[in-house]
Amino acid sequence: MQDNNIQLDDNGKLRHFLSIEGLDQTILTEILDTAESFTSVTERTVKKVPILRGKTVANLFFEASTRTRSTFELAEQRLSADILSLNVDTSATVKGESLLDTLQNLEAMQIDMFVIRHQDSGSAHFFAQHVRPGVSVLNAGDGQHEHPTQAMLDMYTIRHYKKDFSGLRVAIVGDILHSRVARSQIHALNLLNTAEVRVIAPRTLLPVAVESLGVTVYDDLERGLADVDVVIMLRLQKERMRGALLPSEKEYFRQYGLSQERLERAKPDAIVMHPGPANRGVEIESSVMDGKQSVILQQVSFGISVRMAVMSMIVGSSARPSGGEE
Amino acid sequence: MSLHIRNGRVVETTGANDRVIDVYLQNGKIVGLGSAPNGFRADQVIDADGRLILPGLIDIQARLRDPGEPEKANIASETEAAIKNGITSLCIPPDTQPPIDNSATVELIHHRNEMFGHQARVYPIGALTRGLGGEQLSNMGSLRANGCIAFSNARHPLASNLVQRRAMDYAAGQESLVIIQPMDQDLMGNGCAHEGAIATRLGLPSIPVVAETAALAKDIELVAQTGARTHFGQLSCARSVDMIRQAKAKGLPVTADCAIHQLFLSDHDIGHFNSNMLTIPPLRSQHDRDALRAGLADGTIDCLCSDHQPHEVDAKLKPFPSAEPGISGLDTLLALALRLVDEGVLPIGELIARLTSNPATILGLPGGKIGVGEVADLIIVDLETHWICEPARFISKGKNSPFGGWDFNGSVTHTLIDGKVVYQA
Repeated sequence: MQDNNIQLDDNGKLRHFLSIEGLDQTILTEILDTAESFTSVTERTVKKVPILRGKTVANLFFEASTRTRSTFELAEQRLSADILSLNVDTSATVKGESLLDTLQNLEAMQIDMFVIRHQDSGSAHFFAQHVRPGVSVLNAGDGQHEHPTQAMLDMYTIRHYKKDFSGLRVAIVGDILHSRVARSQIHALNLLNTAEVRVIAPRTLLPVAVESLGVTVYDDLERGLADVDVVIMLRLQKERMRGALLPSEKEYFRQYGLSQERLERAKPDAIVMHPGPANRGVEIESSVMDGKQSVILQQVSFGISVRMAVMSMIVGSSARPSGGEE
Repeated sequence: MSLHIRNGRVVETTGANDRVIDVYLQNGKIVGLGSAPNGFRADQVIDADGRLILPGLIDIQARLRDPGEPEKANIASETEAAIKNGITSLCIPPDTQPPIDNSATVELIHHRNEMFGHQARVYPIGALTRGLGGEQLSNMGSLRANGCIAFSNARHPLASNLVQRRAMDYAAGQESLVIIQPMDQDLMGNGCAHEGAIATRLGLPSIPVVAETAALAKDIELVAQTGARTHFGQLSCARSVDMIRQAKAKGLPVTADCAIHQLFLSDHDIGHFNSNMLTIPPLRSQHDRDALRAGLADGTIDCLCSDHQPHEVDAKLKPFPSAEPGISGLDTLLALALRLVDEGVLPIGELIARLTSNPATILGLPGGKIGVGEVADLIIVDLETHWICEPARFISKGKNSPFGGWDFNGSVTHTLIDGKVVYQA
């Protein structure tokens, strides 16, 4: 596993941000604390700090994305970076250019940091292994492996509302099998000493040996929701109905959809989260999504400060927002 | 041409005899063991000096990528790698480009081996169906007449159980061996790693054990139905070993091999997406690895093969799920095999049988034994040589090996084919 440490430099500081696995509680807490200090920046009229001034960040999205990409771009702008955004599925690789050639051509344009989303699990590690020294890679989602910035903004949200992880029960509901978000969340919750992490899903959407990640498994939603503090709903992709993973959306909603009534099984002050984009009426009822326990929109806005935090830590700048220009 | 090998250590595969003797070769055959036949005069003398004399290894599954994929390897490069690593016979699966489904391709392979090869014996395995398409039977009779030693659809699926049944019926009537790598394509899906905790953690699409065992159960039933003599290649699962053991106990005409890397690696070795660990079937659990070792030791697994799959650098220079599967194995087959003896998995005599006489018997090939009258395909191995594996220095054109940095003992000092020295270190 030693090659996972390419995430960290010799002093244990972030060099790339590839996966939650391989990091420790100290770094996760530092990300959350740094993000907190950036939250004030995002609330100012002039929302910029010069931490990435003179640096160029390339957003390479081999898979479509709306909110991850736009929050990354906003985070980069607020850190004063120069930005290059590419939807690679519509550009070079279609013409037969290899992944590495694409990467190296961009490197030749003096890119300092790559934010990459790619459909292959392990692609973030692959890129990090092949960039030049001094160039950083941020994983914006690799296949079904990890989506670490999403998990960190979820941790930020939980900490914002619940303060401390050690007494919490957290339930993750839905398509665990195909979810890079769930994998990153599970690692992060465990590193932050969450009391119990539950996964709730039909057997067809659970990977084998999922308990080995440090979770308890529930087949039944209502039992799984009992007394939890946090409910994280995962997006159910429509194509899962094909390939016999599920009978129908209707059946799924009846068995695993989060309704107001079911939410009452959880603690009265439980919060409801969703990494988005949500399918109303499939995994979550509209009244819950828009209800008072939902923090789904707050997650999105926290996403900007968390991504600013990760990028600033990678650049190694000690500059905090206090040094901002107003 | 006659040759006298002095003071070689010869181990019988039964283990009954392990002695230092002289071996006498003439006209491509072994003509004397211990004492020379009357009137023998050696043209050449080799002093083996107590080193091990073995039959040349017979690799039941090695891809030479020829014809069709010169960027990966070719007959010249791979037969050179073979002879320098003690492999004197190579059986090549039919998934060349074009596939080995017609006599012209068989002749092309033989011709290239004669023109550019390094004297290793190359045996094409014919396609079970035309173009490996899985629908129409190939011309097995004429392919066999042209030198195909067995029939297989490599890793290409057959269209239906009915096609498989008929192919096996037909092969049985031709007294041809059928070779199957059991894998249910639906259960395999787009998987690239063993279904277990590692694939779950890495988010890799996975291949369950049942993808192999469900296919194998059906294949064994079809052997019972058709009576086709069938060899199962590159088994990877503990349950598969049990199933073969039971099929043999019932007297079915089945044999099996496994790829040598499956005895040393497991899904844990994928680490953080090391694409040199990408194989089909996937590296399984440590439990499976141990069961394969036990199956090898008790004879359920008859042979060991390299499952050699050389690649150009770019084929592996991709994220794990997009990389091409397979390991370049010719350069490490013997060294890894000898390690099994050091690790106490099985005695050296039995190991030799798994690499020589067993594949020879299963495939009906010459060689594989040291005895008077046998063909003189021999290798001399110095067990005292210590070396560290450096894939960049492989003789094979494929440098894709997960064994870089491993310590090995034993190297080939001489390779003889047909009684002639074709390689000397």
